[in-house]
Amino acid sequence: MAEIKNYTLNFGPQHPAAHGVLRLVLELDGEVVERADPHIGLLHRGTEKLAEHKTFLQAMPYMDRLDYVSPMCNEHAYVMAVEKLAGIEVPIRAQYIRVMYDEITRILNHLLWLGAVGIDLGAMTMFFYAFRDREDLVDAYEAVAGARLHAAYYRPGGVYRDLPEVMPHYKESKIHNAADVKRMNENRQGSLLDFIEDFTVRFPKHIDEFETLLTDNRIWKQRTVGIGVVTPERAMALGFTGPMLRGSGIAWDLRKKQPYEVYDKMDFDIPVGVEGDCYDRYLVRVEEMRQSLRIIRQCIDWLRKNPGPVMADDLKYAPPKREAMKQNMEELIHHFKFFTEGMHVPAGEVYSAVEHPKGEFGIYLASDGANKPYRMKIRAPGFTHLSSLDEMTRGHMIADVVAIIGTQDIVFGEVDR
Amino acid sequence: MATDLNILKSNLTEAFGSKVVSLQERLGELTLVIKAADMIGVFTRLRDDADLRFEELIDLCGIDYSTWGSETCEDGRYLADQPHDGPRFASIYHLLSITHNIRLRVRVFAEDDAMPMMDSVIGVWPVANWYEREAFDLYGIIFKGHPDLRRILTDYGFVGNPFRKDFPLSGTVEMRYDADQRRVVYEPVSIEPREITPRTMREEQYGRN
Repeated sequence: MAEIKNYTLNFGPQHPAAHGVLRLVLELDGEVVERADPHIGLLHRGTEKLAEHKTFLQAMPYMDRLDYVSPMCNEHAYVMAVEKLAGIEVPIRAQYIRVMYDEITRILNHLLWLGAVGIDLGAMTMFFYAFRDREDLVDAYEAVAGARLHAAYYRPGGVYRDLPEVMPHYKESKIHNAADVKRMNENRQGSLLDFIEDFTVRFPKHIDEFETLLTDNRIWKQRTVGIGVVTPERAMALGFTGPMLRGSGIAWDLRKKQPYEVYDKMDFDIPVGVEGDCYDRYLVRVEEMRQSLRIIRQCIDWLRKNPGPVMADDLKYAPPKREAMKQNMEELIHHFKFFTEGMHVPAGEVYSAVEHPKGEFGIYLASDGANKPYRMKIRAPGFTHLSSLDEMTRGHMIADVVAIIGTQDIVFGEVDR
Repeated sequence: MATDLNILKSNLTEAFGSKVVSLQERLGELTLVIKAADMIGVFTRLRDDADLRFEELIDLCGIDYSTWGSETCEDGRYLADQPHDGPRFASIYHLLSITHNIRLRVRVFAEDDAMPMMDSVIGVWPVANWYEREAFDLYGIIFKGHPDLRRILTDYGFVGNPFRKDFPLSGTVEMRYDADQRRVVYEPVSIEPREITPRTMREEQYGRN
């Protein structure tokens, strides 16, 4: 028999299943992976270094560019770090808005993940279904922040502005006639909250559709059940967080265990896996979407009943009101100093973490009292998860690598930073 | 949380005694400073002791303290106003105990500024692998006992440690495709260094009255 040699395969950096710019060097024995060596950093932009040269406010929009699939959750960790260090009190309404948008972001993230991993494993329809529903959610982003992806909506001290009372409408065009536009604008007649509520009514049926397509699908199960199994002990040693840790059977969720903002007032459940394989991680994420809807509904109810300020009124950390700034010298000076020199955050160090859709997203912030961060470290969940790829793929077939990368939910904006 | 921190504080003092260089609580977070020589023993105990049980290393990062409290910035580099007192480099470990639902920050200073070096914790928490490669890449901190200490985020063949405070923000080289040579070439960077908002320090109660 001819001697069979091991060979090395370059997977990426331009491979659709690599979820971005991952160069994966695979050592193969036939079709079996013997060693996987991910080469990352192709999207390294030095966000942490850039932040050292920007004021605290200017560093905030960089957060959107980290995990560009769930921008608002990244912002959340950063603004919480600044607030903790500076001792800023956030108005309760802003906290509810943040929680609502965090959960909208979670659904956005899981939908993109479901679509992308579906297409990786041969379920083309999932992609179209997922992007159909994402459309409504990015519209909710756009209505409140003006941008569909890079929102830059949270601020240290609250959020940029209150929720709008009207939703923008579609207009007639070459593509859409009057009847089309009337139908498309049906759920846009009320406020933003009405629009989101309408989504929460429609969406559970759509999740059922996704599950009809995948959960009992024979091909889907063949590709995911028993693939990339991680035991609970190993998951902790490898630093897993979020759905990866819960998929391995550990009920750990920062929203429950170390609640921030108003999560302690919310009623929701934490799904936990049993086997720790790709299929369990898929089930956990699908159930998380349902739980997010529950939280969104509770936020909508509260936000309807309780108007109020959405920004702290400490002029050292928040801009003054526009009218006041136009009429008073004091506010004018504050406004000028705030947007030129920026805020001075007291010396010290702080670590703040949120339950990001992908896991624990943390910001370590060290300040020496200047108007710029001294050191900012981004603890990205994807970085940790990807570092375990070698261990998870060893002994699996090359096609399983795709399933494992897929269910790790890797986004290179945060892995490379 | 506050009572938990007090319990943790006494547990740590009891467990490590003289190995504790400092133990400080601020903003509801506990920071432990230990010596580089003791680190492996302390970290193993932190993981295994039933009262501590820090199963997860959440984060590991390097830090360069050389320009702490300085305002000077020249050519995109931060410079120290006066010579820095104490060790320049440190590694900061963020630990999480899932059993006790508590966090701890551990700081280890590297004694030698010219050749910062400390032990690798990869044997305690395997997750440290990439984190240590990152700190090595960005700060040049060497982790003794790491099996595969390569650069991770920067380019193949990169020179320097980009997150050190004296490394310019724009870097030192730029890259373009040269049509004549039909390959990618590296050249000294052509970006003019500029600082739009100067870094400023203010006294504690500035503008408060």
